[in-house]
Amino acid sequence: MSRKAMTGNGAIAIALKQVEPDVMSAYPITPQTEIAQNYAQFVADGAVKTEYIAVESEHSAMSAAIGSAAAGARTITATSSQGFALMWEMLFIAASLRLPITMPVITRALSGPINIHCDHSDSMGGRDCGWVQLYGEDAQEGYDNAIQAFRIAEHMDVRLPVMTMIDGFIISGAIGPLDVLEDEQVKQFVGPYKAIHPLLDVDNPVTVGAFDSLGGWYFEHKVTQNMAMAKAMDVIGGVGREYGQLTGREYSHFKTHHIEDAEIVLVAIGSAAGNVKTMVDKLRDHDVKVGMMKVRTFRPFPAAQIAAALSGAKIIGVMDRSDSFGALGGPLFMEIRSAMFELGARPQIYNFIYGLGGRDIFPDDIEGAVRLLEKAAAGEKITQKRYYLNVREVSLDGQA
Amino acid sequence: MQQVTEIRWHARGGQGAVTAAKMTAEVALSQDKYFQAFPEYGPERSGAPIVAFTRISDEPIQIYSAIEHPDYVLVLDPTLLDTVDVTAGTGEGAVVIINSEEKAAALAARPEMAGKSVYTVPATRIALETIKRAIPNTPLIGALAKVSGIFPLEGVLDEVKTSLGKKFSDEVVNANLDAVRRGFEEVSGQ
Repeated sequence: MSRKAMTGNGAIAIALKQVEPDVMSAYPITPQTEIAQNYAQFVADGAVKTEYIAVESEHSAMSAAIGSAAAGARTITATSSQGFALMWEMLFIAASLRLPITMPVITRALSGPINIHCDHSDSMGGRDCGWVQLYGEDAQEGYDNAIQAFRIAEHMDVRLPVMTMIDGFIISGAIGPLDVLEDEQVKQFVGPYKAIHPLLDVDNPVTVGAFDSLGGWYFEHKVTQNMAMAKAMDVIGGVGREYGQLTGREYSHFKTHHIEDAEIVLVAIGSAAGNVKTMVDKLRDHDVKVGMMKVRTFRPFPAAQIAAALSGAKIIGVMDRSDSFGALGGPLFMEIRSAMFELGARPQIYNFIYGLGGRDIFPDDIEGAVRLLEKAAAGEKITQKRYYLNVREVSLDGQA
Repeated sequence: MQQVTEIRWHARGGQGAVTAAKMTAEVALSQDKYFQAFPEYGPERSGAPIVAFTRISDEPIQIYSAIEHPDYVLVLDPTLLDTVDVTAGTGEGAVVIINSEEKAAALAARPEMAGKSVYTVPATRIALETIKRAIPNTPLIGALAKVSGIFPLEGVLDEVKTSLGKKFSDEVVNANLDAVRRGFEEVSGQ
């Protein structure tokens, strides 16, 4: 293991290089990230034997990945933002064909207005497309998740595509420390690829992507996808423990900090979890009984485990980097709130939307959220559930 | 709370501020410290004012927002003093290191510099005389090492040798080493 100074993009490109899959298909132009660019360089330099397919759109990138995986090759792609949106149709097909494609996603805003910066609208919008979703806080977690993704996707109980997220620019473009495994360690951890019913096995011909009419098995396919998701829950945990034995960095579905005696708990996902943790440590120095949870596995959503972990909290603040227009709150808020419904004594749950379109989230913003939650903890009646952090005042009549 | 040294770089596109922020991170890595380096993201236009950030700590850094209250401000282009509020967010005693031929006392007299520790270093001249190009970033890293003491001069020199040594001739590497050394020696102020 060696430590390097790397961007988040660079870290993930190295992880992919160390796995050295058979095929990468990618759209090499904006909104693509440096992951695809770096990997193309590895191919050009002869550092990997991967076949690199440069395609004309993200829709084609996912289509080519599906074709390649169905043919029997270990296949990757990478995307971000509008590219993710353009893949939309094919994401569902990759999942329903049970193809273990892995894809790092650099989370960025969706237009409009045109905006290239960080938020989670892209990946959160794709939360119901049937892919396993793992979110990382920093470049190290991006690297670690990108490696574990292969084991999870290719596990015989799962065979689902896996996307691993890190925050656009904030992590993808920032340089931080990265502990890199030896190539051999990564190859050994991931193991050889096993294709199921590959199209190129001409002695055992199969049909992939056939029409399935009213009397067909579409519904049953969907049920088995969900069964595989349930299986993925344990597999993600097992792979995370095994990765911990190899690296000393164990991964589970979520991480908590100072949660045991906390009255107030903030729940975050992505890089903001680090900001929250830093603020929790500061407030703890001032005897505020606050703790935090960082969510890693979003699909499948570990509802029962999260509810158990949060059961001691009086007040919960859920932080979302994307909004769900017209819904009760952001995607993470709705999952957490729904998970907590099973509890006998339910905590009060508030939603803090932050960081849309790359708007920064400062320590003061998080402290402000905690101060509001303290009022609720003190018994003050607060009816408003959804708040926006670090936002300018606006109104529908156009008056800012 | 962990102790984090926060540095903000002001420059114009093309003067190597992002490279300087990155190089400072690499020096921190070589000194077994934790670090973060990132630009203020946006369109990159040559000559336009840009900002980059570096955080350095003995412990892992888990805050990712932009630096609001830097301990050190490095100004790669003195003409920015009239167009950009380089001391924005800085507290009493913050250190401002400016690439300038002027004496530090002259720039310290500017109203926005009240309460700040101001240093100057003729980084463009040093760059022209050593690396023969008007890229003032490496002398400023030398100046930062001297003024801050966050890492030793030898640490910076070793890092420059390693990172540039992979790509450039001995002549280029030595010119950069001279630039760092002279930045370290020629920075002066309060």
